Amino acid sequence: MYACSKNEDEITPEETKIVFLVPSNFPAPTYNFEDNKLTNAGFALGKKLFYEARLSADKSVSCGSCHQQFAGFTQLDHRVSHGVNNCQGKRNTPPLVNLAWQKAFFWDGGVKNIETSPLNAITDVCEMGTDLETIVALLKNTTPYPDLFKKAFGSPEINSQRVLKSITQFTAVLVSCNSKYDKVMRKENGTTFSSTELAGYNLFREKCSSCHAEPFFTDFSYRSNGLDITSADEGRSHITGVNTDFGKFRVPTLRNIEYTSPYMHDGRFYSLDEVLEHYNSGIKASSNLDPQLKNGIALSTGEREQIKAFLKTLTDNEFIKNTLYSET
Amino acid sequence: MALLCLVTLFSSCKKSDDEITADTKSTFIMEFENQVNGSPLVLNTNTYKNAKGEDFKINIFKYYVSNIKLSKADGTVFLIPESYFLIDASKSESTIITLKDVPTGDYTKIEYTIGVDYARNFAGAQTGALDPMNGMFWTWNSGYIFVKFEGTSPQSTATNNTLTFHIGGVLDPNNTIRTFSTDINVANPLRIRTDKKPDMHFIVNAGALFTGKTDISFAKLNFTMGGENSVIVADNYANGLFRLDHIHN
Repeated sequence: MYACSKNEDEITPEETKIVFLVPSNFPAPTYNFEDNKLTNAGFALGKKLFYEARLSADKSVSCGSCHQQFAGFTQLDHRVSHGVNNCQGKRNTPPLVNLAWQKAFFWDGGVKNIETSPLNAITDVCEMGTDLETIVALLKNTTPYPDLFKKAFGSPEINSQRVLKSITQFTAVLVSCNSKYDKVMRKENGTTFSSTELAGYNLFREKCSSCHAEPFFTDFSYRSNGLDITSADEGRSHITGVNTDFGKFRVPTLRNIEYTSPYMHDGRFYSLDEVLEHYNSGIKASSNLDPQLKNGIALSTGEREQIKAFLKTLTDNEFIKNTLYSET
Repeated sequence: MALLCLVTLFSSCKKSDDEITADTKSTFIMEFENQVNGSPLVLNTNTYKNAKGEDFKINIFKYYVSNIKLSKADGTVFLIPESYFLIDASKSESTIITLKDVPTGDYTKIEYTIGVDYARNFAGAQTGALDPMNGMFWTWNSGYIFVKFEGTSPQSTATNNTLTFHIGGVLDPNNTIRTFSTDINVANPLRIRTDKKPDMHFIVNAGALFTGKTDISFAKLNFTMGGENSVIVADNYANGLFRLDHIHN
């Protein structure tokens, strides 16, 4: 990501200008940095805060603890988020990807703005277990934060708004748009699907994309996919108070799905095979079951292999391995 | 450039202090005197009675006043920009707010939102009165708590007999945005002048949460954080929470 090679220590590498670009195969974003001008200093501060474990109650958990880059910014091998004092949260950590296009956040869509999204994790006793006053006070008294806030915002003042806006400068830039799928769609460098991937893509469009809509691989709606007759987690109805939303959760994105295991709001499935088997034979007649799933989605063994091959084309290694987003 | 010249022209031809012209601006004060059914509101110690005759005490009483609008007799309306205020019964300095840069004139009506307008509930990170640090923002279900009342009542069936009334929510059918509006006596309008700082004195009745459209029994309702029970409370206080008592011009 740097313009010059990094073997000479004395040479300061030319800094990459942090930009937010809308990929040509994506629509216009919801969040456009209008009231939060994206700068390198703002991004750097946001990233440092994102990886700062001292923000949590017992100083053990940062945003990055549950949103791991190598797992597409969700938490590998954790059914539910794992917070301070070894507390187990309620739901599976959602991946932080293409958030600038999202109008609502979390499995139940309760949070309506990316800037206020971290508040949930900051204050939840099972996540970071702290509050904004404590965080602001800590940052005011911890070098080099006053300097970093000055660089990012022009004055050393630290307040909750600046904390949240700088974190957003990091999280909203987390755009995954360079998977093989994207390159095929953009006809980049003659990239094409293999015959298995193409067969999987055609099956996907026939059987899955009415909910997992391209290019985000979610239509951002809330649905019940028949995991249980009666959901143990009320889901969307906790937000809307409407009975017909009971047991519904936001359709999750499938981008980087190869790395975001385990799956579902409660992380009950560890493999894509289990997920596909659920749709094939495991759908339960929950009261608010999505009508499209009434009869399940019949998938032969061969079809499952094709769909899995396609799903792996959603892996974006340039995103997963981009050092701009890494802790160090 | 043309606009700039115009502004310069206007301010350069400012006349004597008392004369009302379109371009002069000044300040007024709104003072909120917290009471409970006619008695002064004293946190933690005083005991009050609701309309059902049940005793209660108050530990927290905070509310938003926003989007303050003034109207003149001729129908012109001035919306005070960025007018968001959090009144907290535990902070006496918060009960007196100063409104600056208001066009001079005689105002015969005042109107404001009890709470926070729809848009700001879903906007990005805010500061000042709307800073989530003020404990008036729901983190799990975006939106502001418009009126926060916490206390105790022997009749409350909640643990430790607590009363928890966090009123907010802007989505139908449980929208709790309410507007307070009052005409001002034409004989003594709010006279905003460059040489005077009038003071509007409001009585705020915390007891209004529990009476009006629906008399609330703490045995039956002692906890709400948004939703249909919050609407019951908002419908109560929509009319009774604020009363313009007098104006010192």
